[in-house]
Amino acid sequence: MIPAAFGTSGIRDLLDKAVAGERLSAEDGVRLFESDDLAALGWAANLVRERRHGDVAYYLKNRHINYSNICKYDCMFCSFYRSTAEEEGAWEWSVDQVLEHVAPYKDSGLREFHIVGGVHPDLPFSYYTDMLAALKREHPGVALKAFTAIEIAYFAELTSMSLREVLEALQEAGLDMIPGGGAEVFADRVRYKVCREKADADRWFEVHETAHALGIPTNATLLYGHIETVAERVDHILRLRDLQDRTRGLKSYVPLAFHPDNNRLEKLGAPTGADALRNVAVGRLLLDNVDHIKAYWIMLGIKVAQLALAWGADDLDGTVTWERIYHMAGAETPEGMTEERLQQVIREAARIPVERDAFYNVVESEAVPA
Amino acid sequence: MEVLERAYEKAAAHERLTCDEGTALLEHGDTHILAALAHQRRLRLHPEPVVTYIVERNINYTNSCVTYCRFCAFYRRPGHAEEYVLSHAQLGKKIEDVLRHGGVQILLQGGHHPGLPLSWYEEMLRFIRSNYPTINVHGFSAPEIEHIAGLEEMPVREVLARLREAGMGTLPGGGAEILVDRVRDILAPLKTSSDSWIDVHRQAHGLGMRSTATMMFGHAETLAERVEHLERVRRLQEETGGFTAFILWTFQPENTALRSYEKLESHQYLRTAAVSRLYLDNVANLQASWVTQGPRVAEISLRAGVNDMGSTMFEENVVSAAGPTYRMNAEQIERSIRLCGFQPRRRNVYYEEVAA
Repeated sequence: MIPAAFGTSGIRDLLDKAVAGERLSAEDGVRLFESDDLAALGWAANLVRERRHGDVAYYLKNRHINYSNICKYDCMFCSFYRSTAEEEGAWEWSVDQVLEHVAPYKDSGLREFHIVGGVHPDLPFSYYTDMLAALKREHPGVALKAFTAIEIAYFAELTSMSLREVLEALQEAGLDMIPGGGAEVFADRVRYKVCREKADADRWFEVHETAHALGIPTNATLLYGHIETVAERVDHILRLRDLQDRTRGLKSYVPLAFHPDNNRLEKLGAPTGADALRNVAVGRLLLDNVDHIKAYWIMLGIKVAQLALAWGADDLDGTVTWERIYHMAGAETPEGMTEERLQQVIREAARIPVERDAFYNVVESEAVPA
Repeated sequence: MEVLERAYEKAAAHERLTCDEGTALLEHGDTHILAALAHQRRLRLHPEPVVTYIVERNINYTNSCVTYCRFCAFYRRPGHAEEYVLSHAQLGKKIEDVLRHGGVQILLQGGHHPGLPLSWYEEMLRFIRSNYPTINVHGFSAPEIEHIAGLEEMPVREVLARLREAGMGTLPGGGAEILVDRVRDILAPLKTSSDSWIDVHRQAHGLGMRSTATMMFGHAETLAERVEHLERVRRLQEETGGFTAFILWTFQPENTALRSYEKLESHQYLRTAAVSRLYLDNVANLQASWVTQGPRVAEISLRAGVNDMGSTMFEENVVSAAGPTYRMNAEQIERSIRLCGFQPRRRNVYYEEVAA
């Protein structure tokens, strides 16, 4: 079953485990990250990926709404935030401005708004619920995937409500799903060094677990390639696996490459392409209970994201159209992709492009598949 | 899939592949198995955990060209407002910049200018040799050589001998595109035929000059034609042993007459690089194309048969005219190599170590 080409691989025993569908341990995860056998790792991750998804690769039509970049916190890896409205490059959209920005997408077949911003010091909680309600009213067919756990934890602080009450209020206003951001690296050591003001790992999990209890699905990210160790990456992934064992609420896992421009970790430089594939593949192999691994092209670049479709990923995310967080950190990708181009990229990778909605339901297309 | 299984086995045993086997690998091979086999082959050829690169500058002495290749966005027709020919002073400034950065070589190429005689090229080469004797001129692709030979009504061998006498060091591998005339007729009907490209390199090797071979793919060619290209390179190498390296890159269609072609990203690149490593068993080195693929994919290719990060380039005018390209300096190249678990080593055109 294991191809002869991997016969002498240092992770040969882990390939056997993958073939047998056995759950991998933390120690296995560390060995996978530390192996230089990128081909064997990819083969195993691809095996698991194809068992779940065959040759299908998903994409969706979505648009980002970064409503404001004004933020109370100053995370070291961030190039997006501004501390006050007066600072150069700061912005803050009113609900009307949000609606104006997305008005051209009315009835365009868009499936998702991805809505995240800074942790704004002054906006009232009603701003967020009003935004959701207005978007839902104007764009009833578009799923609202909004606010990272960090923003939601802050809303609880702001309103003195419980997380559950906050989430219920957001859900009532139209919230459909929670994106995976703000997870960064769960280890306290890392958070203390690079984002100490942010909600800690326990709080992040509390938000997601509460959301799952309310029937709100979520995603989870890992921001890799800065000061974290391999063991900390594995710990991060296994904490997500534990959560998923309890709740089954995670839709996808999204490893994000650190971008070094215009922030205080600039001197670290960017992680390698090999590391990008490794993160996708190890994520796929460790997270045996999460359906989807996303190669978020806007972060990885379309080329690496395309290769990732053979290293464990089954989803490229979407057309996006407008993205600020990673572009302010030096991402060289275009800010949007046409549906046609996404399909071409998937086909070059010898996969079948399938349009999905925010919840990974297949969108039935009127067009005859090519 | 009998042929695929046989190809896997032969590749693993470091045996020579047939055209059919190469095509089967490209068509049906598992990407990870191809990468693993290509990396194993690379380690057999270069057991040291070293990745080489060269500090070199691209210089395009003119963009004036009468060959009108449909894949090219760099050339200007003679008389066009943006047509240029570099003066010795401009050339000198660029070379001094290379020297300041510790460079050892220039890649000197240009369009097929209709009015420049052989003596113009000889003067340019003498100017470089007398002023910058440490610089190797890796210059004039096979189509340029053939173009000069045509203008002068002189045999290719004589043109090469005269240029060499004036200071040309080695012959770059450009202009190969896909060495199949069916494809060339679509892409570049006026350009050098496959046979002529091969012959220019044969003549150069015969004069004791080394050269490289390239492949630009992802346009009108079939997978079997990619392998046919590899076969022609391998066959000449068997005859002369003159190729130092093979370099492949993906066609960039954006600003060319072929802009309706679907642009390849990296899936085909990685697979084709791996199959090139396996097929070209007699060519020592395989270069990464970070210009078209970017540093991140170049890093990945170091685990799929590639053992050289190519050149620092400084400027790239030809591919970048056809769409967005990437840049890397020596420091970034070394960082990439180290982070990928290899030792960086600076080299010259002959792949000999030079001081950093």
